[in-house]
Amino acid sequence: MKKILLLGNPNVGKSVVFSKLTGTSVVSSNYAGTTVEFTKGHMRLQDEIVEIIDVPGTYTLQPTNKAEEVAVEMLDEGDLIINVVDSTNLERNLNLTLQLLEKKIPMIISLNFWDETEHKGIKIDIEKLQKYFKVPVIPTSATKGIGLKDIINKFDYDEVVEHNYGDNETRWAEIGRIINDVQKINYKEHSFSDLMEDLTLKPITGVPIALIVLFISFIIIRFVGEGFIGYIAEPFFEVIYRPIIAQLSNILGGGGFIHNLIVGELINGTIDFEQSFGLLTTGIYIPLAAVLPYIISFYFVLGLLEDIGYLPRISVLVDNIMHKVGLHGFSIIPLILAFGCNVPAALAIRNLDSKREKFIASTLMATTIPCMSQMAMVIGLLGSFGGKYLLYLFAVLVVLWIFIGTLMNKLVPGFSTDLLLELPNFRLPSFTTVLKKLWMRILGFLKEALPMVLLGVFIINIFYTLGIFEVLTKATGPVLKNIFGVPEAAIEALIMGFLRKDLAMGVLLPLGLTAKQMLTMSILLVIYFPCIATFVILLRELGPKDMFKSTVIMLTSTVVVGGYINFSFAVDGFDLIRLVPVVLLFILIQLIPKNKKEDLAKN
Amino acid sequence: MTKLKLTEINGDKKCRVIAFEGGSNMKTKLENLGIRLGNEITIVNNSFMGGPITVLCGSTKVAIGRKMAERILVEVVK
Repeated sequence: MKKILLLGNPNVGKSVVFSKLTGTSVVSSNYAGTTVEFTKGHMRLQDEIVEIIDVPGTYTLQPTNKAEEVAVEMLDEGDLIINVVDSTNLERNLNLTLQLLEKKIPMIISLNFWDETEHKGIKIDIEKLQKYFKVPVIPTSATKGIGLKDIINKFDYDEVVEHNYGDNETRWAEIGRIINDVQKINYKEHSFSDLMEDLTLKPITGVPIALIVLFISFIIIRFVGEGFIGYIAEPFFEVIYRPIIAQLSNILGGGGFIHNLIVGELINGTIDFEQSFGLLTTGIYIPLAAVLPYIISFYFVLGLLEDIGYLPRISVLVDNIMHKVGLHGFSIIPLILAFGCNVPAALAIRNLDSKREKFIASTLMATTIPCMSQMAMVIGLLGSFGGKYLLYLFAVLVVLWIFIGTLMNKLVPGFSTDLLLELPNFRLPSFTTVLKKLWMRILGFLKEALPMVLLGVFIINIFYTLGIFEVLTKATGPVLKNIFGVPEAAIEALIMGFLRKDLAMGVLLPLGLTAKQMLTMSILLVIYFPCIATFVILLRELGPKDMFKSTVIMLTSTVVVGGYINFSFAVDGFDLIRLVPVVLLFILIQLIPKNKKEDLAKN
Repeated sequence: MTKLKLTEINGDKKCRVIAFEGGSNMKTKLENLGIRLGNEITIVNNSFMGGPITVLCGSTKVAIGRKMAERILVEVVK
């Protein structure tokens, strides 16, 4: 099968080209390579099926980080390179183009964002460019589908050209010559979009804008999520699904092991989708009715923010804060991704430069950031006691974030790098691209969540039947009860949390917890340990030694935070006087001297 | 012309890059984004509150952390 590589600088629209080429009828899958993700897809070309690979963006073939190393390794696999170039940034993009031309692999160049060159006052002579490179140069506007046919027509292009541009200095000199010859720029006046871009960067205007964006995002996520649950998911389960399952329950005799495994225990004589804990009731209801709606709303909003190009601006705004925890502004992006799911976030942390930064970011994420699957259940269960409990949950997590972040910055040896980030122009997101990305993420969620939740429900039933939970409750119950003030049976949730946090929250429902206990358990489930899917990736990324250290931080945080809430949370709020130890501890942490082994300036 | 650190320039001025006081890794990273010796860059945002400095290079905006920006020497063009 012919392999076609999409290569180019980061953020030049490769993935849009990719999704347009591979089309709707195609299933693209994510492959977890050894160091970074790339995406493969297939497209039919008359009788032949070709494989198209969306390679992570790279500025150069002399890699400066792991993600770029993988891009370079992928080169050997390609039969044809499509070099996607941002035509509004031709000069910088040509650095990679010239390096690729030396590789003796058939190549075509896609001058993407072609439609934007005109209103930016950029004129590029394609004929001349083709003469310089001796390869096909095709103007494209991938989001609008312009020029993609011309690219497909060149898929059988197999000529190899010989180029040698020498070392860095001579290559840049050559690029300068080419640019002078083929490109003319008449800079135009500032547009409204330029103005907005500047406003989002300057702290005085940028911070309020960021807060407004965050607030609106929360509102949309909540509103759309609730809407899906109330108007689609619940009616479906109650009106259509319930009679079918009730019938099945009758057939299975209304009780016994098989009945309880498949339909679950009847609660007050009827099926309770949340509490019955059968494979076909709770096992389906939690992922599809309780969590999926929020997954859809979250990834819809995230997809919009990603495609507009807003996220890097948050990086700039929070750079100062992130330096306080030994990171720089860019690492906020994996942390934001983690609110959707910790797994892709753990992968995105690879893009950070130093080992120290990876350790700090991974630990902060695994310890303090709840994924949307868990949050959907938290909103349902804890939110039912009142919205303020959700605020308490976030307040506790923010304080914990600051504490362990500052501590790690003081104690973890190694070096941290400085922010260096290209800020994309704001772009109007293409609706189809956003929906397509959303669809892929929904599929990803279903593939990940459904089997895990079903496995969890299965294990719960087995454990109950064999009496394993009773043994565990007896063994660990007193600790939970005395330190955290939660019922002994809450251990079931902590055990299920290893599999899925949403399922773990579901296990809490039948326990009849008070608001305080629900708050404690919701927070403990965020902190104590990542779910197995996240753990596997973190272990691979950090190695066993660092993962062990990270685990120690999580478990210590669990005991301290859980114990503290039990001690200081009055009936419906935190006791102000008992906040004093928190403040004292914070001052104490500030006094800790910095680890001497650190050398920051190792860029 | 006087050599200044990038962090010392106030306002939206146009500057020419004249030296990097850093390792080759830093130089490569900056070059990849189009910030090369002799190139002109325009300061978009240098906040008095600290934080990264944003420069316009060609038509690309790049945010540079303060510590790195201190090691980029420039002269003001206009």
